Amino acid sequence: MPTQKTIAATGNTVVAEAMRQCAPDMMAAYPITPQTTIVEEFAGFVAKGRVHTEYITVESEHSAMSACVGASAAGARVMTATSSQGLALMWEELHIASGMRLPIVMANANRALSAPINIHCDHSDIMGARDTGWITLFAETAQEAYDNTIMAIRIAEHPDVLLPTMSCLDGFITTHSIDRVCIMDDETVTGFVGQYTPKNALLDIENPVTHGAFAGLGGPFFEFKKSQREAIERSRAVIKDVGAEFSELSGRPFGMVETWGMEDADVAIVVIGSTAGNVRHVARQMRESGIKAGVVKIRCFRPFPYAELAAALSGVKAVAVMDRAESFGAEGGPLFLEVRSALYDATERIPVIDYIYGLGGSDVRLELIETVLNDLSEIAAGAQAPTGLVYLGSR
Amino acid sequence: MHEIRWHGRGGQGAVTSSKILAEAAFRSGWSGVTAAPSFGAERRGAPITASTRMAEEPIRILSQVTTPDVVVVLDDSLITVARPEAGLQSGGVIIVNTVKPRAELGLPADVRVVTADVTGSAMAAGVVVGGTPMVNTAILGSIAAATGFVTLESVEAAIAGAFPPGPAAKNIEAARLAFECTKA
Repeated sequence: MPTQKTIAATGNTVVAEAMRQCAPDMMAAYPITPQTTIVEEFAGFVAKGRVHTEYITVESEHSAMSACVGASAAGARVMTATSSQGLALMWEELHIASGMRLPIVMANANRALSAPINIHCDHSDIMGARDTGWITLFAETAQEAYDNTIMAIRIAEHPDVLLPTMSCLDGFITTHSIDRVCIMDDETVTGFVGQYTPKNALLDIENPVTHGAFAGLGGPFFEFKKSQREAIERSRAVIKDVGAEFSELSGRPFGMVETWGMEDADVAIVVIGSTAGNVRHVARQMRESGIKAGVVKIRCFRPFPYAELAAALSGVKAVAVMDRAESFGAEGGPLFLEVRSALYDATERIPVIDYIYGLGGSDVRLELIETVLNDLSEIAAGAQAPTGLVYLGSR
Repeated sequence: MHEIRWHGRGGQGAVTSSKILAEAAFRSGWSGVTAAPSFGAERRGAPITASTRMAEEPIRILSQVTTPDVVVVLDDSLITVARPEAGLQSGGVIIVNTVKPRAELGLPADVRVVTADVTGSAMAAGVVVGGTPMVNTAILGSIAAATGFVTLESVEAAIAGAFPPGPAAKNIEAARLAFECTKA
């Protein structure tokens, strides 16, 4: 295994470091809390000559993603980062990036959307962008944010995939907390991500092509969308292979779904992002008092790991889904809808309860997780499951 | 696991120091170390908190620190507004930058309080920015003295890694002076 050095650093610092090691040809970015320090530190690497990237400062996120789309279509390896309102302002170009099959890699510091104004963590930004055709990875820790950023390049640029990929980390909680992180050496990362060979590059003047042209009535628009669906389905195998190869190098396991205590669990919590740490901690404690609790963490949200999730949850008596985003008027939050759908084909009907939590950075205290596991334990023993979703810890 | 909560004012550098303390803890051999800011409206002078955790195993709890065993107060004017004693574990300690006697601080009598003239240490070492002494690095010396969780050497090394050489030397001197004037 290649040597790695262990440092104490924030999530944003190690994402910037991973981006430097991936050596994009171009980055266009606009600062937004709590993402700012990613592009700030990356700009520092450019200024000091530690990475040879064309760094373009732009006047908005709309322009940032537009410039990224242009550069990627030209044939460049492109990376950027954003958050919250910035991601929302990129909305048009998110679809254009995926529709043009441009393997742009972007970090997103998950943050609430206004109003009221809030700068703290929830998943309403990325869940709002879930149908834009981007592959979407989630990190629990700074380590996972570092690892995901590097894997994202390989996944996005894989010839079977060619889709933009987002690497999400929880705003402030993961972006700004200092944590221990193992960093690979530059040569290892360079070797792992390899040289990018673009397909259909606009600057390949020997083979002129058009990107994103009009495809109206009678045109191939419908078939383009079908090809995007086929590509993201193919990405499942690529994500697993890239994850396995990265694990060999890093010694750190990777799965689209990662489980804890599920071998003999009666009840389980499905969670995404930084809260998984708190949930595992409480699940471990509750096991000492006889509640057989397990944890299922989703590390890849798009494509959604239906089969892996259903397999992980088979045999449990009650499931809680932790949603850090709303889908107002839907039966539950975005993760709940996915999880319950994944369980539809299960032979045993498993009660699934949705807990909306942590919106706008609302603190996820350990005792709140305890109440979830106590609820589940009672439901597993035959108590009636609540109808409708639960706002966990709201006043 | 040790949980440290910082009370400061916007601009005093509590968030920076919580990170330098994490680095010092890492260098002192703790395998689990995290530091987290608690940002609100980021304006100068407003009370803010930050936290540092250290443990012998990796830390995966990322919620705010509500039951600290160490509380660090950068400025004694925060005592009435920020209630630093809130949630303090029994046997815990509050470290206060002050020149006032313990009895005049308005902290509960049954709580262990360690005081030090950290501002004096910062001024003596010349850690003054725009006419204002910066106490955030100096108080790391007081934390080392009052808790023993981190060594003075690891604090010095962490400060050296956080600043260019000139300012680092002054900040290290401030931490040393604060270490010496803190009566654990």
